[in-house]
Amino acid sequence: MTRAIVLYLHVHQPYRIKHYSIFDAGNNESYFDATGESLTNNEYIINKVADKSYIPTNVVLLKLLRDLPEFKLSLSISGTVIEQFEQWRPDVLDSFRELVSTGKVEIVAETYHHSLAFFYSLTEFEAQVRLHREKIESVFGVTPQVFRNTELSYNNELAKWADQAGYKGILAEGWDPILGWRNSNHVYQPIGTENIRLLLKAYKLSDDLAFRFGDRGWSDWPLTADTFCHWLDSSSNADIFNLFMDYETFGEHQWAETGIFEFLDRFPRLWLESSENHFATISEAIDQYPTRDIIDMPETVTWADTERDLSAWLGNAMQAQAIAAIYDLRERIMSTNDRELIRDWRLLQTSDHFYYMCTKWFKDGDIHAYFSPYESPYDGFMNFMNAYQNLRLRLAKVGMSV
Amino acid sequence: MKVIMLGWELPPHNSGGLGVACYGLCQALANDGAMLEFVLPYTAPNQCDFMKIRAALPVNVKRVTATGNSYESFKYHHIGGKTSYHDLFGHQAAYEEAIANLTFDDDFDIIHAHDWLTFRAALKLKQIYDKPVVLHVHSLESDRAGGISGNSLVHAIERLGLESADKIIAVSAHTKQKIIHDYGISEDKIEVSHNSISPDSHSPSLDDENCYKVILALKKQGYTVLVNAGRLTIQKGLTNLLRAFARASDHNPKLLLLLAGSGEQRDELIELAAELGASRNVFFTNFVRGNTLRDTYSIGDLFIMPSISEPFGLTPLESILHGTPAMVSNQSGVAEVIANVLKVDYWDIDKMVSQIINISQYPNLQSALQDNGLYEVRRMGWHTASEKVFEIYGQLMPATRATQ
Repeated sequence: MTRAIVLYLHVHQPYRIKHYSIFDAGNNESYFDATGESLTNNEYIINKVADKSYIPTNVVLLKLLRDLPEFKLSLSISGTVIEQFEQWRPDVLDSFRELVSTGKVEIVAETYHHSLAFFYSLTEFEAQVRLHREKIESVFGVTPQVFRNTELSYNNELAKWADQAGYKGILAEGWDPILGWRNSNHVYQPIGTENIRLLLKAYKLSDDLAFRFGDRGWSDWPLTADTFCHWLDSSSNADIFNLFMDYETFGEHQWAETGIFEFLDRFPRLWLESSENHFATISEAIDQYPTRDIIDMPETVTWADTERDLSAWLGNAMQAQAIAAIYDLRERIMSTNDRELIRDWRLLQTSDHFYYMCTKWFKDGDIHAYFSPYESPYDGFMNFMNAYQNLRLRLAKVGMSV
Repeated sequence: MKVIMLGWELPPHNSGGLGVACYGLCQALANDGAMLEFVLPYTAPNQCDFMKIRAALPVNVKRVTATGNSYESFKYHHIGGKTSYHDLFGHQAAYEEAIANLTFDDDFDIIHAHDWLTFRAALKLKQIYDKPVVLHVHSLESDRAGGISGNSLVHAIERLGLESADKIIAVSAHTKQKIIHDYGISEDKIEVSHNSISPDSHSPSLDDENCYKVILALKKQGYTVLVNAGRLTIQKGLTNLLRAFARASDHNPKLLLLLAGSGEQRDELIELAAELGASRNVFFTNFVRGNTLRDTYSIGDLFIMPSISEPFGLTPLESILHGTPAMVSNQSGVAEVIANVLKVDYWDIDKMVSQIINISQYPNLQSALQDNGLYEVRRMGWHTASEKVFEIYGQLMPATRATQ
């Protein structure tokens, strides 16, 4: 019986809002141009992550793709990070192009702005998916066949939408309360759909790499490629192993010192030593393995936190106010046909802005549990709302009631 | 008449009303012939033409600067280049010691100290020079704590000071009653001298140069602008204002609230505004001063000071001088000296709501309130306070001479 690893990595950076006061809102329309060694300086961050993660990881991945005919992977790359590569690190974009040109890397569809638009405005959501597809086509020359939504947020309605839109696959979290007696190691079909298939993240195995790999307090530290392959080999009842994680796992979340790059280089070689073992892109997995069951997820599930819901983005009143304020402007913003204004409005929809306003860890004093470029969620919120006030001013200037 | 004034701040380096009031009073006293030496706990950046300003610095410290916008942290620049940071209590104690190390000509008549931060220093000077002490109460710990118990160390210092002082000046009848209530001080020992304002130093100024461009644009679309300027702290009653604002917004969605200030309650207020569904129309700034403060006053349609306990409260008067009428709580000293403002109890959210709606609906009410308020404020000045203070100095002088 053959089995395949479906390695899927997600590449994303937001345009972070600089420190932006109500006085700034009256005087300048630039929200994303922080300078210096500020954590809101997007150029500084993209350079840092490029050097620590994107460049060295792509070196390893390209070598694997060239050395191992069987090695394959899938990638999603948000529009906002592609723009930042184009602006500041074209070399990184070139290295991704090189990966894709091997023909063994599948690019996954998503919203251009890494937004939660699906839950607020279907029209806007579809516009952003279209923008992303066009961007991927122009940068990589390929058209995505599989869809993932921001933060792997998923529910039955989204699956139906993706089915109607013609995608052959969609991704979600393999969350135990949903799976019940089943496991994430098979191809499934979303309830109420015709053609689309669903792949579910194997979160334990994925998080062993993404979160625990360098944790010296973890009982399985240090994790070797041999051990990891052994875990997979000894799993019965599996067609596929869906290793889904942030691309920045390699070099950024897990620093080079943890040995993550050596691991990444070693474990595919080891896995492929057995002729039973393969790698598959998401589309290949859907084509090659049988559909085992129907999955029903009426409530929205994400890949975040122990709650696996959207509470890290929309759980408190500030987040709810901020996102509602932004989407309430949609018709007025679109009716201006002002490209700059529409662009700024869309960049403010990126989910990271709302994540920075999350208070659920901050209140426990466990502020290191999440990453934010701001001193506090309240500062993140005020910068965002002041940017919103500037959108309002720009609309007022063209005679719209705000 | 020679007076040693002990104060914690003066403009332009003030965090609130205390420095402004000290400055206004001193100017009037000097005008009426008093010779003043004002001792600050930090290095004053500029001098003043009507009194001598000195800094009382700890030993081996060449300069002290107040950091941040509130008087919470102080940076010591030591001789030799080192720096260190000190909190309010540490700096208050250091000021007391530093005062003792300063040399004063022995021919002064009165020690006049403003608020608890300088009370111990005043008693120290009294010990050394045996001169009468006047304690001037601009606010009490129970005001600042906003209805909760406050800091017991500050209470102890206030009690010691008020019991030991030769005379106490309260900035309002409200404050006098609180001194009696909180510390059981005899009524005869306390005189009321209301704070005031120099009307000529302000003028209305709403124009297109106003720095609140967003609010200006919304105002042109018919929004009514409510303003508060002050520290974001429990004493100021701002949670009640937010609740009133949210409820009034249900009746008239075209309302804006500008909260200009900084303080430890900021995050709580930001969160409360969100919970009330009002974030879109509530604006937070940081601490404002100078032209920004001027613009803050003048952008408003109504200035609201809903303080739980406000010993005096200068901001509504400043607001009126900038063309914006005011609503004040009955629990404020300023309510004792002006008639043409809207007055509410700080807890009376219902009444705040209806007054806010009235102001937003009836421009005539707004302009009548402003015109009549301005008439009153223009007649104010520090000369009345100066006369009163001279009278109190006079009461103390013969008694001291008699003991010598």
